[in-house]
This record gives sequence, C-alpha cells and structure tokens, in this order.
Amino acid sequence: MQKNYLLIGTRKGLVVYKNTTNGWSFQSLHFKGIPVSLSYVDDRTTTWWACLDHGHWGVKLHRSTDLGQNWEEIAAPKYPEGEEIKEGIPASTKYLWAMTHAGNDKPGQLWLGTIPGGLFFSNDNGDSFDHNRSLWDQPSRKEHWFGGGFDHPGIDSIIVDPRDSDHIFVGISCGGVFESTDAGKSWQVRNKGLIASFLPDPHAEFGHDPHMLVACRSNPDYLWQQNHCGIFKSEDGAKTWHDVSQKDGPANFGFAISVNDENPEQAWVIPAVSDEIRVAINESLVVCRTDDGGKSWNEFRTGLPQQNCFDIVYRHGLDTAENYVAFGTTTGNLFLSDDFGESWNCLNNFLPMVHSVTFAHS
Amino acid sequence: MVTVNFTQALKRFYPQLQTLKISARNVSELIVEVEKKYPGIGDYLVDDQKSLRKHVNIFVDGVLIKDRTQLTDTLTSDSEVYIMQALSGG
Repeated sequence: MQKNYLLIGTRKGLVVYKNTTNGWSFQSLHFKGIPVSLSYVDDRTTTWWACLDHGHWGVKLHRSTDLGQNWEEIAAPKYPEGEEIKEGIPASTKYLWAMTHAGNDKPGQLWLGTIPGGLFFSNDNGDSFDHNRSLWDQPSRKEHWFGGGFDHPGIDSIIVDPRDSDHIFVGISCGGVFESTDAGKSWQVRNKGLIASFLPDPHAEFGHDPHMLVACRSNPDYLWQQNHCGIFKSEDGAKTWHDVSQKDGPANFGFAISVNDENPEQAWVIPAVSDEIRVAINESLVVCRTDDGGKSWNEFRTGLPQQNCFDIVYRHGLDTAENYVAFGTTTGNLFLSDDFGESWNCLNNFLPMVHSVTFAHS
Repeated sequence: MVTVNFTQALKRFYPQLQTLKISARNVSELIVEVEKKYPGIGDYLVDDQKSLRKHVNIFVDGVLIKDRTQLTDTLTSDSEVYIMQALSGG
C-alpha cells in the first residue's frame, strides 16, 4: 500500500504533508506550539499517535483514528509509586521516545519507550500501560545506564521481529541494545562488538549509545545502528556487531539511520560533525547510502544545501518508504527524495526544529 | 472553602475550567479535589510521583508553596490559591 502521508513531529506541533497528483504539499497542523517528540503510525489500524512534550504540563499521548481529523488525549504511561532512576532520584516519565505495535498477531498491543529508561506495554491500544519490570530491574540499569544529551537514559528504539512477536530489541541511549525472546519477560544485553570511546573501557558490556536501532523488515536478523561511536551492523540478530563506518569519509557520527524494508544491505545515514559541535560537515548537507552492507558508502548531495548549512538530523528524523526517503532537520528544513535518496527536493525551509518524520498510508 | 484560580493557559486543554470553591487542608488534597472536578488535570500539575511539575507554580495566599514534593503546605478555610505556569518557554 502506497504511503502518501508524512507526519512531521516538530518543536512547535505536528505537521502533516500529503502526496496528491500535484505532489507533496502541506496538509495540516496539529498541537500548534506544543513540542511533538515523536509521531508514530500503527500500520495495522492506521491509527496516528503523537507524543507531546509540554514544557509546563508534562508529556502527553494523543491518538487519532481518522487521519488526524480528531485527536483523543489518553493517559501517558506512569512510573509506579516509589520507583527511582538512581538512588534518591524519583522516576517520572520525562519524554516519550519510541513506539511500535507489538506484532500483527497481537491486535491492540503496543510498546512505548521513555526517558528515563522505562519500557511500557499496552494491552488495550493505549488506554492503559504497564511498566515492564524485567527491563527496569536489570542490574545494569542504575549502575551503567546514563543520559546522553538528556539528563537520564532513554529507550529510543523498539523493534518487534515480524517473524515472532515475542522477539524484541530495544536500544537504550545510553545503556546499549537489549533483546527479549519471551515478549519482555526477560532481557539479555547485546552489545558485543560495539565501541564506546566515551567509557574507560570502550568494550564494556553496558553503557553503549545506540542513537537509533533499525532492522530490515524482510530479514530481521540484519540490524543496523547509528551509534554515538559510528555505524554498526549485525547479521546475526545482534549477537555480534561490526563497525561499518566509513574510514575516510563522512559516514561516521550521526543520529538517524534507516534500512530498506526489502534489502538488508541498503541503509541510509545523515552524518554530522562529532560530537561536541554537532553541525553539518563542512557546512553542507549530505546523505550517505550503502548498497553493500556498509562495505562502501555513496554520498548524495543533489538538491541539498552545500554552503552555510548547520542542519543535522535527529534520530527519528529520517524515514523511508519504498523509493521515498524523507528527513527533517534541526533548523526546520524538510527534504524528500523519490529516487532512494540520490536527489532531493526541499518541501519546507521554515518549519520548527524537526524531531521525527514518519511515512503513513491512508 | 478554599478558592482555586487557574492560569488561562490551562483553558486550552480544559475549556470549561473556572475558579473553584473546594474543601482541602493542604495542597496535596487540593490537587485531588481539582482532579475530581476536571478528570485528568492532575497529570498536568503533578508528575508520576505526585510532585509538582517543574514549571508549575502554586501560590497560597500570595506565597509560593515551599514543599513541591509532598505538597504539604497547609490551607485555611478561606485560603486563596493560584495555580500558575512558570515564566519559561520559547
């Protein structure tokens, strides 16, 4: 089914673009003025989700079952009474950062990841959420998880294996990758092969920083991550990771990554200058794509600004759908490609900072 | 009865919001009573552990409350309370 909507979560609301016979154009604005940390579309039901981050009033969760015509606020997940992030620091939902449905065989079930590191599960399409104890009770959490960019650790990625919905990965920034094969009842760390140059031991078991974790839909044993310390790929279901960063080129540091649904060897990243500076490389914007599993990277610049550019792309700010690739930047530019990222059109120069970009079908 | 006034900013989410007269001995009880009148509004004011959100201020008889964690600041039967948002944003 063709995906003809783009949901853009920005610092000042949710922006929707639609693809018609005249091309992609602005369709609507929702939650004007309110930061949208993440937009998500449950492709089982075409339900749209918007995760809000009110500056004053806390995080909120909204859903729409009619393509954004009407929205319903539902209670955001809460940490149980008395829970702590660290000793003496009470746990409270700070940010909604990852969302996915729990599998085609589990209608109405959802996973939601948060800062400060808690994973939540809903059995009733978001009407209520349960805190996943097993991940929260990992012995490594209080000692070895920590914030990267935020004050506290957070779950930025959740992957449900399309072959087996009990098989789940989460990416924690900073903590690393964890895997469950029993629908979240137990978790195993999967950081072997990753490098954390910001730790005393770069090969430590915990504390890695997967900025974004993705899996190929047609071959989910192929996982990719844009890590703080480079680009890593696994071909064995995250049992081992291999550094596929470009040694003499831009494809190293960044936040966003996407993999082709049908081709596990094709992936996109949008590099930035690592890591204290965080601006576009050489003041120009480049999209890098590998077609051979990270052995080589192609640079695509056509249609992208090549001077006086400061844009970088946050971890949820890139999405792909068949031949379409779209991303939104920290300075409010929205770009779209219809040729797998090789050339680009700018859809908007004047958006607020973009947090997330999501393709959706009608 | 305690009088509770709300910042206009909350009217965006609770259009029917208006000044309330309620019975409460402290700020914690006040939040419970306000939640009864406007279900869900408590989550806008306090976090998961029932502490006042960082950018919300509550004034009792013109004075900013001291206990933002347990909300134990006491009220009298004729207290006037203002629930405001902090001067932050952008």
